[in-house]
Amino acid sequence: MNAESRDRFVAEFRRVEAALPGAKVPWVVRARSLALARFADSGLPTLRDEDWKYTSLARIEKRAFRALPSGAPGSAAPPGLAAGLAFDGLPGHVIVFVDGRHVPALSHIGGLPAGVIVGSLADALERMPERLEAFLPDDTRHTVLGALNTAFMSDGAFVYVPRGVAVAEPIHWLFIATRQDAALHPRNLLVAEEGAQATVIEQHADLGSVACLTNAVTQIFASRGSVVEHCKLQRQSPEAIHLAGIHALQGQGSRFTSHSIAVGAALARHDITATLDAEGCEAELNGLYLAEGRQHVDHHTRIDHARAGGTSREHYRGVLDGASRGVFNGRVIVHPGAQRTDAHQANHNLLLSRDAEVDTKPQLEIYADDVKCTHGATVGQLDEAQLFYLRSRGLEEAAARSLLTHAFARDVIERIRASSLRAHVERLLLARLPGGAQVREPA
Amino acid sequence: MSRMEPAADRRPDRGENMALAATALDELVNREYRHGFVTDVESDTLARGLDEDVIRLISRKKDEPDFMLEWRLKAFRRWLTMTEPAWASVHHPPIDYQDIIYYSAPRSMKAGPASLDDVDPELLRTYEKLGVPLKEREMLAGVAVDAVFDSVSVGTTYKAKLAELGIVFCSFSEAVREHPELVRRYLGSVVPYTDNFFAALNAAVFTDGSFCYVPPGVRCPMELSTYFRINAKNTGQFERTLIIADEGAHVSYLEGCTAPMRDENQLHAAVVELIALDNARIKYSTVQNWYPGDKEGKGGIYNFVTKRGDCRGANSHISWTQVETGSAITWKYPSCILRGDNSVGEFHSVALTNNHQQADTGSKMIHIGRNTRSTIVSKGISAGRGRNAYRGLVKIAKAAEGARNFTRCDSLLLGDRCAAHTFPYIEVKNPTAKVEHEASTSRIGEDQLFYCMQRGISAEDAVSMIVNGFCKEVLKELPMEFAVEAQKLLGVSLEGSVG
Repeated sequence: MNAESRDRFVAEFRRVEAALPGAKVPWVVRARSLALARFADSGLPTLRDEDWKYTSLARIEKRAFRALPSGAPGSAAPPGLAAGLAFDGLPGHVIVFVDGRHVPALSHIGGLPAGVIVGSLADALERMPERLEAFLPDDTRHTVLGALNTAFMSDGAFVYVPRGVAVAEPIHWLFIATRQDAALHPRNLLVAEEGAQATVIEQHADLGSVACLTNAVTQIFASRGSVVEHCKLQRQSPEAIHLAGIHALQGQGSRFTSHSIAVGAALARHDITATLDAEGCEAELNGLYLAEGRQHVDHHTRIDHARAGGTSREHYRGVLDGASRGVFNGRVIVHPGAQRTDAHQANHNLLLSRDAEVDTKPQLEIYADDVKCTHGATVGQLDEAQLFYLRSRGLEEAAARSLLTHAFARDVIERIRASSLRAHVERLLLARLPGGAQVREPA
Repeated sequence: MSRMEPAADRRPDRGENMALAATALDELVNREYRHGFVTDVESDTLARGLDEDVIRLISRKKDEPDFMLEWRLKAFRRWLTMTEPAWASVHHPPIDYQDIIYYSAPRSMKAGPASLDDVDPELLRTYEKLGVPLKEREMLAGVAVDAVFDSVSVGTTYKAKLAELGIVFCSFSEAVREHPELVRRYLGSVVPYTDNFFAALNAAVFTDGSFCYVPPGVRCPMELSTYFRINAKNTGQFERTLIIADEGAHVSYLEGCTAPMRDENQLHAAVVELIALDNARIKYSTVQNWYPGDKEGKGGIYNFVTKRGDCRGANSHISWTQVETGSAITWKYPSCILRGDNSVGEFHSVALTNNHQQADTGSKMIHIGRNTRSTIVSKGISAGRGRNAYRGLVKIAKAAEGARNFTRCDSLLLGDRCAAHTFPYIEVKNPTAKVEHEASTSRIGEDQLFYCMQRGISAEDAVSMIVNGFCKEVLKELPMEFAVEAQKLLGVSLEGSVG
């Protein structure tokens, strides 16, 4: 543990504590101080922690990130700020956060079915804390970074979908960072009541080159029979540090899908978990990470089959170029009594350069017998025979490579159900590939 | 009680000036061990506990050259600074390292049963099922066997034949005495005493084991095995095996035997080192069937072993095959360091846990040389409340151009209270590498069982058949006779887990 960085965070907390949302709500204050104590107990994880074996947080320790004081910095944001980041032609709802604060002027919420709430968490903490109490302090994952977020949580999206209601259009949460050395702790909450349906896009992007720290947590409660799709798009600037936890708790027969598309940040770590807490749940975790230069991108996923009859599918793919490093750790736990579990996991990695590195660890822990569990992991490069085939058909080397890389990555992109996001990610991918313009998008 | 006191009053002189310390050391080395050493006709047994005196004594008893003693002491001092690893997914009460007897020469005859009539009938039944000859049954059960037992002559015949080819195959103690230059050159070069907690402990206190050196270009004409080397009997809890295949040499080595070994020792911390030079080939097969404890999980061996092979030369080949059915806890990861270009590492494993047994096993393949290849095939079977974990590492170093690995680990679950885990680590630093890992976990298909049973095969036999099919890929790697016995063994070990 690095005591210096820990003390710095604790001092920052004391400095901004009074200005954090919910400062007058006793349970919020209690939750924050408990979480801070938990963080102070262990400090930031180090390489000696098994879960952080391949990812070092030394960058955070070396740098003094400042928690942003309250106030409304977002009001100063230029009106056109979010224009390029909101997806063209996307008919849904956009709620924008600049440097961790909700900016209503940039947000656009269309017509919503009765009872649906799409708004700011800070706002909800002030105006209707009683609606959040059952969900927010629930820190089931007990990660140190999760605790740090709970202590500092400033703002984020709050979405509530009442029983039986389906929100047709995707809800886009857009986080934009503009300030150097800022420590942002966005906290999002999505509650889908029984039989509700919703699709959420959580996008993190920066304006220009911003060396900031984002430590985000998203909690998803998918009640009985609900259908929730969460698409995370992480495209922060190459100097940024992005840490994120996405935790879903599933009710009976619910369906949860997570997509994590990670292309940005110097150091990115995503902890994604799904707890199949009742019978007959379905969970699908998909991910695509593209890294180049000296980027480091880490995904740790965990699927807990706590009850019988659950199904989980996991598809993660990585494309590593330059001197980048990709880390994948996929844990599937079948708890005692979780019979008839069907779990499948795959992680495939493509190394495009001499200096790129991949560390992958698919993990199965099984305590029941009537199960069907598989996992697979591969690391390799583009197939020489396929390259030769394309070259023999007159494609240039770069184009042939791009085409094959694109085909490799598409396997994950195709799983995104929100078509606007799918097209957007497709474009992001093509922009990253040398000669990508020659790989035409399918109509 | 009394034996700890002198150690305590000696401690203050440590750290005083070197010369003084050196004379003190000499004195200590030459001094007769004062505490609790018993010598009688049948056995030499030390009192419980471990300190430097015990190590000096072991070394002296074995008539070892100075370099061995120094090495042991360095290992012991290192061990004192280490902590027992806790990461394996096994659970056991803490081990009291001061409550172990670290030296016991061939067990006193009085300690063993006088005849087969006194042996646990359960054990005898197992021998019968495995078809172990009567004389061997006696030996395995620890019954004092009279000296006319055939193996003695068998042992010596083979030894003469091997010596003709220049192959050195003897006990470790003998090797230290007869071939100190070989031992000195290779001992600890694959598993240094600093490697891990149990390897350090082993280096400090190991009492015996096997040593084998195959000279350049020689192909060993028979399977070598501890079984034929009579003095391997009761080598104790800290064995050390060192096998060297010089350039172009081939050797196949069998460790253990298929019948259960009745042994009350609680902790086995063995070390095996294999060294393959250019174009050499070593095949190492193990059938481990130490006492697994009773049905309630009481007793049984803790089998904490460090096994590692070093493909030092180009085109060398090391292959590990293991069938692990015994021990209360198994903790071992036979590994290959693929240093030489074009070298090949293989690992084939069947690990079975029944009742309360726990196994955390797997392999490490470290690719360093160019065009190195490795294969890992692991089959885990959990029954009863058994816990079975595959833990492995495939590491492709930056220089390992064109490296290739294929890993397959399958788990079979029999019973709803057992557990199966897979923890494969894959680290790739070279883009020309191809690494594939696949794993599956499932239980025996109802339809397969039904099919066998409706053809009149009993449930137990059917399970045994299906399990054998599941393990076939690994069993076929074993030398013929071993494979047949291993198949029967799987059936026996699974008894009572079905129905």
